[in-house]
Amino acid sequence: MKKRVLTVDDSRTIRNMLLVTLNNAGFETIQAEDGVEGLEVLETANPDVIVTDINMPRLDGFGFIEGVRKNDRYRAVPILVLTTESDAEKKNRARQAGATGWIVKPFDPTKLIDAIERVTA
Amino acid sequence: MTYAAKNLTTGGRELIAFRVGGQEFCVNVMSVREIRGWTPATAMPHAPGYMLGVINLRGAVLPIIDFSARLGMKPAEPTVRHVIIVAQVKSQVVGLLVDAVSDILTVSDGDIQPTPDIASDFERSFARGVLAIEGRMICLVELDQVFPQEEREAA
Amino acid sequence: MDMNEIKEIFFQECEEQLAELESGLLKLNDGDRDPETVNAVFRAVHSIKGGAGAFGLDDLVSFAHVFETTLDCVRSNRLEPNQDVLKVMLKSADVLADLTNAARDGGSVDEARSRQLIKELEALANGELPQAAAVEPVARPAPVAAPAPAPAAAPAVTDEGFQPVAFSFDEFEANEPPAIEPTTFEILFRPKSELYAKGNDATLLLRDLSRLGEMSIHCDMDGLPALGSINPEAAYFAWKISLKTDKGEESIRSVFEFAEWDCELEVTLAGDHAAPGEELPMQPVPFDLSMLDEEIPASAGAGEDDDQVAAQQREARDDAVSAAATASNVLQMAQTARAPAESNRSAASASAAQAAAQQAASAATPTIRVDLDRVDRLINLVGELVINQAMLSQSVIENDTNGTSSINMGLEELQQLTREIQDSVMAIRAQPVKPVFQRMSRIVREIADMTGKSVRLVTEGENTEVDKTVIDKLAEPLTHMIRNAVDHGLETPEKRVAAGKNPEGTVRLTAKHRSGRIVIELADDGAGINREKVRQKAIDNDLIAADANLSDEEIDNLIFHAGFSTADKISDISGRGVGMDVVKRSIQALGGRINISSKPGHGSVFTMSLPLTLAVLDGMVVTVANQTLVVPLTAIVETLQPEASAIHSFGASQRLISIRNSFCPLVDVGRILNFRATQANPVEGVALLVESEGGGQRALMVDAIQGQRQVVIKSLEANYTHVPGIAAATILGDGRVALILDVDAIVAASRGHSLKPEMSLAAAG
Repeated sequence: MKKRVLTVDDSRTIRNMLLVTLNNAGFETIQAEDGVEGLEVLETANPDVIVTDINMPRLDGFGFIEGVRKNDRYRAVPILVLTTESDAEKKNRARQAGATGWIVKPFDPTKLIDAIERVTA
Repeated sequence: MTYAAKNLTTGGRELIAFRVGGQEFCVNVMSVREIRGWTPATAMPHAPGYMLGVINLRGAVLPIIDFSARLGMKPAEPTVRHVIIVAQVKSQVVGLLVDAVSDILTVSDGDIQPTPDIASDFERSFARGVLAIEGRMICLVELDQVFPQEEREAA
Repeated sequence: MDMNEIKEIFFQECEEQLAELESGLLKLNDGDRDPETVNAVFRAVHSIKGGAGAFGLDDLVSFAHVFETTLDCVRSNRLEPNQDVLKVMLKSADVLADLTNAARDGGSVDEARSRQLIKELEALANGELPQAAAVEPVARPAPVAAPAPAPAAAPAVTDEGFQPVAFSFDEFEANEPPAIEPTTFEILFRPKSELYAKGNDATLLLRDLSRLGEMSIHCDMDGLPALGSINPEAAYFAWKISLKTDKGEESIRSVFEFAEWDCELEVTLAGDHAAPGEELPMQPVPFDLSMLDEEIPASAGAGEDDDQVAAQQREARDDAVSAAATASNVLQMAQTARAPAESNRSAASASAAQAAAQQAASAATPTIRVDLDRVDRLINLVGELVINQAMLSQSVIENDTNGTSSINMGLEELQQLTREIQDSVMAIRAQPVKPVFQRMSRIVREIADMTGKSVRLVTEGENTEVDKTVIDKLAEPLTHMIRNAVDHGLETPEKRVAAGKNPEGTVRLTAKHRSGRIVIELADDGAGINREKVRQKAIDNDLIAADANLSDEEIDNLIFHAGFSTADKISDISGRGVGMDVVKRSIQALGGRINISSKPGHGSVFTMSLPLTLAVLDGMVVTVANQTLVVPLTAIVETLQPEASAIHSFGASQRLISIRNSFCPLVDVGRILNFRATQANPVEGVALLVESEGGGQRALMVDAIQGQRQVVIKSLEANYTHVPGIAAATILGDGRVALILDVDAIVAASRGHSLKPEMSLAAAG
């Protein structure tokens, strides 16, 4: 069975890149444009792994991750953060919010797939 | 589709024959979109005499050419019995006013004879050849020449 | 979808982000201090940087990065976005736009300018005043080429720590470490409960570890409490691993990259320790990946209790819903234990949710992106529907003398519905004028810079919607008018001060809907039109007689006259030989009108009124030589019933009509279109007083007026050709085609320009 990835990113460019990369790698992809939409589609998307951006309108990545972790069904789902911020402070904040790991931009398909494989069975 | 398939396999072609001023002409059926009755056209300013004007073809503006006048024959006096052959010429759609549609013919390339050289340059320019069918002579018309490119692209 | 398509999307998105950036900065400039405005501005630049990074657009990335860093200072309240700061930022937004365009179209950018702005932005981030940075001469060689500034030189940059190249995450992964002799490492891995709470999984880490080499593993269950006090969400196990690998310690640590904060990890060389056998109380078991697949912890040989614990842990983690049924009390315990942390977290997320709700309220309604082709097809179909409905109505009226029949009532409802559908469909193509207005603020900034004037652009009603084609064609005339307003309308700061005005001039751009049209106003608070000068110039250029008696309004409108602005002063900015007549013509080509009203000393107001769509047109339906024609209503000034006494012959064929003591040439439309051989008798027809290109008036003679109607514009060119004197075609209620008159061409023809196709071809060539 295909693994399902929920991607949350406000950039249409990055969403499309994620979509192409993930579909090519054999994942099923569900997309949301910001944290609010991410939480809205969470139940129906029922993802095996989540990839999220940090800087987003309405609800940012930190808030989104906290929201996911509060949902009993998804509090253990792996969440990867897409970030250009590679310093420890930002990573730490993402981790405190409950992120599993991170992918440092610039966006690179290999890195993305590697990271997903790393946190999923 | 079936026409196309048949033409490909036998080298034959389907032609629509029509009458104008007692003469018979034909065009390739593939370029004919539809055949419809005459409706009064809206005159166009500064148009050549054979350009009868434009009509509304389901929302598109369709120019109508009096085929008889185009060939230098007597201009038609359109009646309800006249028909308009709606044909595709390159990227445009045009209407040809003719007296009546007379026949649908299936011919092979071998049936088409070259235009006799007694014809004037003008006639030769739009005649692609002639056909002898049951004692009648039918002229195969080159539509591109009937509605010349230069005029359509003027201005 | 391939990368090129995504790149296209990226540039589209850049445009949107740049617009967002500019409007946000302008809001800040107006004193808006909403954190969300700052966030939106930051996000716009951040987003551009992110996408640009993915496409390796380094120039764009480095500039965006510096910009972003400075914006982050604003975001974190370390930099007050005052006017001076915003001036630098607005300029930076312009450069960012230039860099984006250069990345897309391969053009070049003003590198000195971008270098200068990078300096200024860095200075701002370092807490220096913008003026200080501006005076400082540019000495440093191209930071564009060598992007990320050294952290030591720019402390603020280190905060984000973003360095497009150097920080690339996979550097040590991609560059395979040099082959090392296989070494045996001893690894102690003790996960904390947080590790599981963050979605990491010890078994997966062990799996990844096992891929590095030959591994044996021992599970240490010493931490496991008595069954009654087990928390299924807590971590009780630790693993001691012996790994023989040639990949080095770094690759072992990188396996635990995501987990390092949530576990104890010790990696030591086997030699540094006592022999593993002595250390470990049990015999290590060879590691088998298949055991992981079954999700049994590497505790082979453990007792029944352990199995149960493992099972509970698994259930709780995998599916809390089913776990709740079997171990609800345990879960409850777990939740109580987490309560303090939880309450903090929920407080935080409650405020986040509140903020989100507030933002959601101000955010736009959901939208979808649709191909323009599809919309146009729908618009065409609705156009057909309108025509068909009109045809149906007409034939019912013709065949039914009883005006109260139910058919008539039904038809009226149909007409109502059709109109509504048409309006709704047209609304789909409607777009706010915002993007065009936003472009103007850059124009204002540039001209203000060039002229040394201080200008503030105020926009109002930028959400007013109008058809996309109208918007697209609006930018050019508007640009010219804005240039004109700043260059000619506003005075220099010194003059303004001398006149007792604010040294900063204001240009106000307003859009609003008025009676089915969009009205755009451009007002400046400059000196207004110098009527004496304009009048003199008009006399010098033979536009008016020296003794002409003109009203103020008439004098003001002289500036729209062809050739008016070619005299006297041609400035670099609004000169270029392009006058307001060109503006007027392009507005008229859109079916619009333009007017000016000016108050000496107080400024001028240009008012443009435009149709909301170019797909339909308000026309006057007239009859000429038995043909039905449509004249665009915008061209008609008034209609007259000529009296025989008002008609005066002039030479062999010309006739003039006197209107309020001035003479206006009469143009017989039927004759000029060659619909009839001789001129009609003006007294038997109606004259339409029209205004055309260059402001010249003509009286067009038609036989009769049928009425006013909104008509759907149809192309003549699609199947025929452009016809001089005819703008387009339409289909009337009787189903017949009617031609729409090109008033400008008709007037030009009446001045002696031929309407013959050959001539217009020659003119075009």
